[in-house]
Amino acid sequence: MVDLSVKIGQLTLKNPVMTASGTFGYGEEFADFIDLSRLGGIIVKGTTLHPRQGNPYPRMVETPSGMLNAVGLQNKGVEHFANIIYPRIKDLDTRVIVNVSGASVEDYVGVCERLNGLDKVAAIEVNISCPNVKQGGMGFGTTCAGAESVVSAVRKAWDRTMIVKLTPNVTDITEIARAAEAAGADAVSLTNTFLGMAIDVERMRPYLSTVTGGLSGACIRPIAVRMVWQVANAVQVPVVGLGGIMNGRDAVEFMLAGATAVQIGTANFIDPQTSVKVVDYIEDYLTRHGMSSCSELIGAMKR
Amino acid sequence: MKQVMDFKLKANEKCGHGYSLLRLVPVHGTMPQVKPGQFAQVAVSNCREAYLRRPISINYADSHEMWLLVRRAGAGTNALCDLPESTVVNLMLPLGNGFSTDVEGCALLVGGGVGIAPLLMLGKRLAARGTEVRFLLGARSMSDLLELDLFRRTAEVAVATEDGTLGYKGLVTEHPLLQSTDITHIACCGPMPMMKAVARIARERGINCEVSLENTMACGIGACLCCVEDTVDSGNVCACKEGPVFNINRLKW
Repeated sequence: MVDLSVKIGQLTLKNPVMTASGTFGYGEEFADFIDLSRLGGIIVKGTTLHPRQGNPYPRMVETPSGMLNAVGLQNKGVEHFANIIYPRIKDLDTRVIVNVSGASVEDYVGVCERLNGLDKVAAIEVNISCPNVKQGGMGFGTTCAGAESVVSAVRKAWDRTMIVKLTPNVTDITEIARAAEAAGADAVSLTNTFLGMAIDVERMRPYLSTVTGGLSGACIRPIAVRMVWQVANAVQVPVVGLGGIMNGRDAVEFMLAGATAVQIGTANFIDPQTSVKVVDYIEDYLTRHGMSSCSELIGAMKR
Repeated sequence: MKQVMDFKLKANEKCGHGYSLLRLVPVHGTMPQVKPGQFAQVAVSNCREAYLRRPISINYADSHEMWLLVRRAGAGTNALCDLPESTVVNLMLPLGNGFSTDVEGCALLVGGGVGIAPLLMLGKRLAARGTEVRFLLGARSMSDLLELDLFRRTAEVAVATEDGTLGYKGLVTEHPLLQSTDITHIACCGPMPMMKAVARIARERGINCEVSLENTMACGIGACLCCVEDTVDSGNVCACKEGPVFNINRLKW
């Protein structure tokens, strides 16, 4: 019997597999397909202080081994989450983690203050990396000063575990990771989507209403693995790896590169059972390799 | 309950110009209950270009088998149309809300092109409960009118072809049947300009009308928020979950 549990800040997950924000709704959308209690955690849709309608349609286009999206953080705001969604999901036998977004430092703090009253929110993931909103979002995550300003303010407003989600759309992601760590992050997660663009050549128009969007899916995996490896070697806090994980093998690849836990994102759209299959694979992998716990796998790449 | 299930392709029948009728049976277990107008997310295992599933409207389903009518529209649907018989196909289904089936009076079911697909099962369901059903089917040409015999066996069928090779010459939206005073309900599926024109006529005449949208989607279950339609009452909602069928009163058309 192997021990699949991992620790992120104060938070213990029963296994290292979480679902990525914006790809898994509030978990309920997947309840017909999987037993949600088998997951290490669910990271719910990006939540903002006020409701957001998101970007106009069209918001999605398929690309080689991936997709571009321009959803733009559509959500009904933290009040709606607290009053309507939270009561429905708080008793799930998995960790509920809320992804927090904002256009200003005050927005982030405001969301955290509202979440403080919700006991079953095990952690937050601070999103300083959304490429699809004009103000804030990725703007904070592309400079060390921006990351520091959000993370340090949130740290004062939130005592439980704080994961900071990083954008890959920077020259050196390790600098931003170090800034987040120094400002009080308990962990960093990477990567969010890569800024991309696709054009319908017959209509001579961009496919997305916003012209550019966030690229996700298997096509980004090698870049994400490289960045996780770099960041894991640059910070002391745990790294949560994501970006194009399609199956258990891919998840193990991230863990070998140094990720303490992983998130399943776009793969949820292709096979809604991916996340639980990844849990099974990791358990089997540890057994096959004579490992008794995930700690033996994390960063175990040989050179 | 939504399921992810393997089906075996029992038959792949080429029809019209560039369409295939895929007749599928579950590999294990029983057919889920399907409402007319619901769809399936189909994994395209035989195509490198198709990363995401393809949402395909359910043409017919009973307790044994299910039919998907697929139009060649790109690499993914081309690959589906070319699937060899006996292939195992993975589906997520049944998805979406489906058309209203508690319709009284006289229902006109208006379909264009491959958009006729969900109307066959809807017509059968409505006829079985005693609703008076009429079909109005449109296509570019006679050879693009699919499953005409099946529709005729279900209810009275009126046809419009743009080249006049069968029935009324012109667009379905110009067909006199749309002006019939008997009609109390319209269900419509087809190209966007056609649905918008039908919706306009229904509004002018005060007829209850539902349309089935095909917004580009990724997940098919309301998780990714990519396929949104802007509604009068709730702003952006997922066409895959709150739709694909919408009463025109909800739409900002």
